[in-house]
Amino acid sequence: MTDLTTKSLAELRDGLKKREFSALEAMDAYLDAIAAANPRLNAYIVVTADKAREMARASDARLARGEGGPLEGVPLGIKDLFATIGVHTQAASHVLDGFAPEYESTVTSHLWRDGAVMLGKLNMDEFAMGSSNETSYYGPVINPWRAAGSNRDLVPGGSSGGSAAAVSAWLCAGATATDTGGSIRQPAAFSGIVGIKPTYGRCSRWGIVAFASSLDQAGPIARTVTDTAIMLTSMAGFDNKDSTSVDLAVPDFAAAVERGVKGLVIGVPREYRMDGMPEEIETLWTKGLEWLRAEGAVIKDISLPHTRYALPAYYIVAPAEASSNLARYDGVKYGLRKTGKDITDLYELTRAEGFGREVKRRVMIGTYVLSAGYYDAYYVRAQKVRTLIKRDFEDAFDQGVDAILTPATPSAAFGVGDEEMNSDPVKMYLNDVFTVTVNMAGLPGLSVPGGKDASGLPLGLQLIGRPFDEETLFAAARVIERNRGEGFSPEKWW
Amino acid sequence: MSIVDTRTPNPKSFIPGATGDWEVIIGMEVHAQVLSESKLFSGSPTEFGCPPNANVSFVDAAMPGMLPVINAECVRQAVRTGLGLKARINKRSIFDRKNYFYPDLPQGYQISQYLDPIVGEGVVKLDMADNGEIEIGIERLHLEQDAGKSIHDQHPNMSFVDLNRSGVALMEIVSKPDLRSSEEAKAFISKLRTILRYLGTCDGNMEEGSMRADVNVSVRKPGGAFGTRCEIKNMNSIRFIGQAIEYEARRQIDIIEDGGTIDQETRLYDPKTGETRSMRSKEEAHDYRYFPDPDLLPLEFSDAFVAELAGNLPELPDEKHDRLVRDYGITPYDASVLILEQARADFFEQVAKGRDGKQSANWVINELLGRLGKDDKDIEDTPMSAAQLGTIVDLIGKGDISGKIAKDLFEIVWTEGGDPAEIVETRAMKQVTDTGAIERVVDEIIAANPDKVEQARAKPTLLGWFVGQVMKASGGKVNPQAVNEILKAKLGIE
Amino acid sequence: MSVDTETVKRIARLARIRVTEAELAAYQGELNAILGFVEQLNEVDVDGVVPMTSVTPMALRLREDKVTDGGYAERIVANAPLSEDNFFMVPKVVE
Repeated sequence: MTDLTTKSLAELRDGLKKREFSALEAMDAYLDAIAAANPRLNAYIVVTADKAREMARASDARLARGEGGPLEGVPLGIKDLFATIGVHTQAASHVLDGFAPEYESTVTSHLWRDGAVMLGKLNMDEFAMGSSNETSYYGPVINPWRAAGSNRDLVPGGSSGGSAAAVSAWLCAGATATDTGGSIRQPAAFSGIVGIKPTYGRCSRWGIVAFASSLDQAGPIARTVTDTAIMLTSMAGFDNKDSTSVDLAVPDFAAAVERGVKGLVIGVPREYRMDGMPEEIETLWTKGLEWLRAEGAVIKDISLPHTRYALPAYYIVAPAEASSNLARYDGVKYGLRKTGKDITDLYELTRAEGFGREVKRRVMIGTYVLSAGYYDAYYVRAQKVRTLIKRDFEDAFDQGVDAILTPATPSAAFGVGDEEMNSDPVKMYLNDVFTVTVNMAGLPGLSVPGGKDASGLPLGLQLIGRPFDEETLFAAARVIERNRGEGFSPEKWW
Repeated sequence: MSIVDTRTPNPKSFIPGATGDWEVIIGMEVHAQVLSESKLFSGSPTEFGCPPNANVSFVDAAMPGMLPVINAECVRQAVRTGLGLKARINKRSIFDRKNYFYPDLPQGYQISQYLDPIVGEGVVKLDMADNGEIEIGIERLHLEQDAGKSIHDQHPNMSFVDLNRSGVALMEIVSKPDLRSSEEAKAFISKLRTILRYLGTCDGNMEEGSMRADVNVSVRKPGGAFGTRCEIKNMNSIRFIGQAIEYEARRQIDIIEDGGTIDQETRLYDPKTGETRSMRSKEEAHDYRYFPDPDLLPLEFSDAFVAELAGNLPELPDEKHDRLVRDYGITPYDASVLILEQARADFFEQVAKGRDGKQSANWVINELLGRLGKDDKDIEDTPMSAAQLGTIVDLIGKGDISGKIAKDLFEIVWTEGGDPAEIVETRAMKQVTDTGAIERVVDEIIAANPDKVEQARAKPTLLGWFVGQVMKASGGKVNPQAVNEILKAKLGIE
Repeated sequence: MSVDTETVKRIARLARIRVTEAELAAYQGELNAILGFVEQLNEVDVDGVVPMTSVTPMALRLREDKVTDGGYAERIVANAPLSEDNFFMVPKVVE
């Protein structure tokens, strides 16, 4: 039998349905792969083998009866940000030591409803704050990709670095992830796979540890466009427990994948052509546009004038929300507790030890921009800029643009412990320069590998859509996926 | 906020000091627990007096990933209250987070409303016995979450935290600084309590903490500039509010007259000593970092929503007041006493229906309420029914008993019960109306006092002495009006 | 705008994060780098622009007033570092 882990999610699902192999076999194949790879890649924080076995057995029983949901028996990895009942849910933070919730997130419960099997909890940047997965309390995740002829460890991107690495290295058929400023799309691009951040409100945030509530959205990371579409169909859906969840029917996203791009208008925003952008990124972008044009899309130059202000506005809005969202980690109700002489010591020592440096930095920036005398100058101004950013997109869509194509990241994956990135937080933040606008405007954004850089590392293209029109993104991404050719799996070195 | 002084200084309220008169300026922030089954943002119960953390959901305990969903009834209750305060209803309002750390605040922030409250400016009318009708401005009303409770006396060096109240809906009702004496402050909170109870939006139970007030007190020379205010926190008794204001005003006057200045600070009232003291734990300047809660959207409703609530409001205290004056011919002051409790007004109306309004009001206010007060009972617990009191009023009206006998009868019915008419019959309390019998007594008195007869003829005011003698001789059971007429005739006085 | 070490201390205190004297300078540098970066927002003309309060054009949904939750105190304190009789416990707080 061929290695089940190399099958796409769609193939795996179909094979399970036809009972070519069992859910237990699929699960075992993945557990073996994890056991072999995780010591090097560090993608999983926790492997829930017992739970996986129990779920796989139940799936096999349903499949034997000719029943089963759309993901029956499919083994998935879950980002540590999603609450999973009785299982490690710690946002890769020391402050949540020992926390195992008494509840299950809406998104994961949708996946279990549809028959999926949980393999374990995936590593990530602490509280989803980071672009390299180096801020995790559980140590960095290593990208399965290496530059040609190099042994240097690369980052998988972040914050969903564990999700991206696990999917790329065949350690799960697909993974949940979240995206606040690019945390799905940037790691997907760095790891040669597909990820979508759906429209804000498409997936329930209930049971997902909050980073920045107005920007956070859950989405899938998978190896193909179709796999990603299948997963999103299960993850999405209205939830009355989340006031920002939108009451809209969830389409069968996989059905839209082969729809093609004939007649679609694809916008090319001139502001994304940034100074000093590597030529290979520029070339990739042009190629992507050509593939779409060749299949019948109309390419249109557009302007999104406030693009360059998205990242600075984001670094006010996101930390502000985070500073408040993370106030609940105080050593009283759950997680780490460090005591001193009084309650203030308990708070200050718990939080000083429980939060990592990046989290503390952002909480402090957020506290500062909300504090008396600075609120208007920073927070209110940033939210006004956000209104303008959203308006830019609305203007483009009003001109008949169906989707927008941009690069996903300004570079390919960089090295673990990169001096420049780690000495200057702003340099690290620039990783999200192309993705963050989408979160600020609440739009859907998809990252699909389109090519490689000179050293053979994958590069991603980003598609941005109208609100709740993820289907067009899947269709356009599929055209890129089909045209870019093969070779988007890493060489196995681990 | 610039403060507008709408009141004319009233010398009757001035407080004398060594340097002349002072005027006290009072504003109140009243926290009223909204009557609802479940909490403001979660489905757990609001019931009082349950075991620790029994009424707590994962949302109330601020577990990671939990989200607030607003309770429709709490919104309706706030709008109803706004309508009852003749206030502007804001069809769009925003929920903000008020950030601070405290063990009974599990989220690390309180969801409240800051810049855009659900209800704007309104007015409360007060009937002051000595100062007529005055109007107290309402600045705003907003919805917010209650905090949990810390218990300090269970352990030598630990506090115990119970979150049962955490998340219960409160209305914070803020008055303008329009109150000018402790009497007015007490009348204000009583009237506000009455309005809320009429509306059924708060049970007004101050002992259980369903209504608490923070009282802002400052002093000034009459008509002068406002002074620095101190806030007396968490008052839950109308009587203590009065005492605290008296003490605090005197304290401030003494400091200023001794050449000192008032520090703006938060104080607590100690009912045991009758003094206010500075709160130790609040020494730190607060910086609440308010910002719109990104887990919630703006609260918006239509004119029709408000109109429907307005259409179904009960008769409000002021309307009832005017109707009682109009329909029963009672004084405005009596009406203001009667409307204070809905049950009180209902009782009065049952007594007064088809009877003399003034007489009925007199008996309800002076006798019934007086007697209830003596027994420390509420009108709901009265041993005397409206029908019984009505019969007593009837008996007086028909001239069957005198006012004096009526008071005796009242006491009998109060303690023993029974039909007052029957009691009058069986206990021979009926007034003698047989003129022959009265004449015989009159004749006896005249015969026994020839000198007084002479004097009375010269000075008719002495008639009263004769009336007294007759009443005495007949054990009070004769009709004084009849005695008067007969005496006049016999003595030949016009 | 940039922050001095006193401001860093004040922010850390507000955020209830203990920052040692030795860490102050590093935080100050990092915070100032970020504040310097966001400074460019001052170039944007935001006159008359309404600040965003919700990215989705939708009003708040109202929940029916029904008791649907609670009644599981032991699960509320299940993850607590210190609890007794279903109470959370903290060092004594004085008012």
